[in-house]
Amino acid sequence: MLSLGLAVIFGLLNIINFAHGAQYMLGAFGAWMLCEHAGLGYWPSLLIVPIAVGAIGIVIQRFMLSRLANLDHLYGLLLTFGIALVLQGVFTNIYGSSGLPYRLPPAFIGGFNLGFMFLPRYRLWVIAMSLVVCGGTWFVIERTKLGSYLRAATENPTLVQAFGINVPAMITLTYGFGVALAALAGVMAAPIYQVSPLMGANLIIVVFAVVVIGGMGSIGGSIVTGFGLGVVEGLTKYFYAEASNTVIFVVMVLVLLVKPRGLFGRER
Amino acid sequence: MAAPEKQPPRFSRPTIAALVALVALALAPAMGFYPVFLMKALCLAMFACAFNLLLGFAGLLSFGHAMFLGTAGYVSAHAAKEWGFPPEAAILAGTAAAAALGMLTGALTIRRQGIYFAMITLALAQMAYFFFLQAPFTHGEDGIQSVPRGRLLGLLDLNNPWAMYELVLLLFAGTFWFIHRIIHSPFGHVLKSIRENEPRAISLGYDVDQYKLICFVLSATLAGLAGATKAIVFQLASLTDVHWTTSGEVVLMTLLGGMGTVVGPVVGAFMIAAIENYLAELGQWVTVLTGAIFVVCVLAFRRGVVGELIAWAARRRQSRR
Repeated sequence: MLSLGLAVIFGLLNIINFAHGAQYMLGAFGAWMLCEHAGLGYWPSLLIVPIAVGAIGIVIQRFMLSRLANLDHLYGLLLTFGIALVLQGVFTNIYGSSGLPYRLPPAFIGGFNLGFMFLPRYRLWVIAMSLVVCGGTWFVIERTKLGSYLRAATENPTLVQAFGINVPAMITLTYGFGVALAALAGVMAAPIYQVSPLMGANLIIVVFAVVVIGGMGSIGGSIVTGFGLGVVEGLTKYFYAEASNTVIFVVMVLVLLVKPRGLFGRER
Repeated sequence: MAAPEKQPPRFSRPTIAALVALVALALAPAMGFYPVFLMKALCLAMFACAFNLLLGFAGLLSFGHAMFLGTAGYVSAHAAKEWGFPPEAAILAGTAAAAALGMLTGALTIRRQGIYFAMITLALAQMAYFFFLQAPFTHGEDGIQSVPRGRLLGLLDLNNPWAMYELVLLLFAGTFWFIHRIIHSPFGHVLKSIRENEPRAISLGYDVDQYKLICFVLSATLAGLAGATKAIVFQLASLTDVHWTTSGEVVLMTLLGGMGTVVGPVVGAFMIAAIENYLAELGQWVTVLTGAIFVVCVLAFRRGVVGELIAWAARRRQSRR
């Protein structure tokens, strides 16, 4: 799901969103803060946090990223990298770098015994939820009118603008949506992993690898690769635990050697 | 056009400036600057110069340059500590390792451009990071500690901070001069043409990929030299040098100082080193500060300190005419 948000932002807006990990971390922290300070549980935060963080994303796009629109995309990467550093630093200062626990909602305690492995109920929920979100996003972008406007706007913004479509607003909203996806992933990850300021930084590189392997800009590719690599990583952890961190990058290098564009990449 | 042709001076102004700067740096520890800080800044400056060779002149943003710095550091530290190499051989071994890694990764990455290139170098660097995290000889989180500095060529005891400092300065000056020569050579001009307009360079008959690869390997090698020197100076090779935040930091130094200028990265490296050194008690706020500098640089200050100065000087010259 995390790589989906990144793929949406990259594929449609051509921005490498280095702040994605930090926004994911914001999502997890949002859930934690709602729980600690406002007494709100898991379910409301699933809705509130992505909207709030998405709004932050919109502000970032509106006031910073939009000013770089005509420059080399590398500047977008550098800008979001800076934003990520700021966010991460602020949260480390306030909360320290150790993890904070987030309680699992009571409905998800326990799990199913599948015979060969034990599947916690919460993981099943996460998988189901991400399948739904991924499917939904793919459908909107590839199959609806809004999605086709979006894709057209990436190809030729001036022309689409001439048709009377507000391209800048659309770009802003798309960025906000991608960020909201990151935050949603953060909320959902909070009960599994601990909530910590560095959680995004450690993950972002893996996510980038997923997007690169899947073919940058290909939404479907990212979804398939994301799930596929999750399986590969799990298997490696089972058979040869030392390599589980590296295996994704090994796969990436192999894929790039054979298909430099990534598995589902299109020529640009 | 009436002005008489001026005789080119024997020493041009930049050469004199460079010599003055060199002498000033050579005497800086005597003027009360902390030599360890200066050595750190010089190592970072070497690293940033190497990085800028690739970004500023070939237009390739590598987001994984820490892997060359770190690899060379680990190899030199290991060679000096476990194999008992003298310092010059240890530094050479580290640099050679970085060059070899540069060959390997360069061949793999230069096929892609722009963001793709950045991402792929980043992922490769991440592989290197996990390798060094898990390989037995690196001692994981602890790194290779108390690396002996040894005696240079069997003569000069590097445990003397003065000797160590002058060696670092010499290596830095050599790197700087070498990069300067590359940039002003025909090879450098081809690189610039590739940066400006790659299709045209191809149509002019240049083997663009080969030029890029050579540039990549040179940059990796010099970054390796920086890393190897750093390991000997600080008697330590650690994971920080391979981590991707270090790759980001070198981008920041180059950007802050002025990308594509020769002196810019040096200025940027000194500024970042100073921030890290003198504001260290602020702890994590330093991260916030570096991040904020990043944002400001990208939004308002894209030419960097030296770039802005050059632009300002050019404007002044123009208005005087």
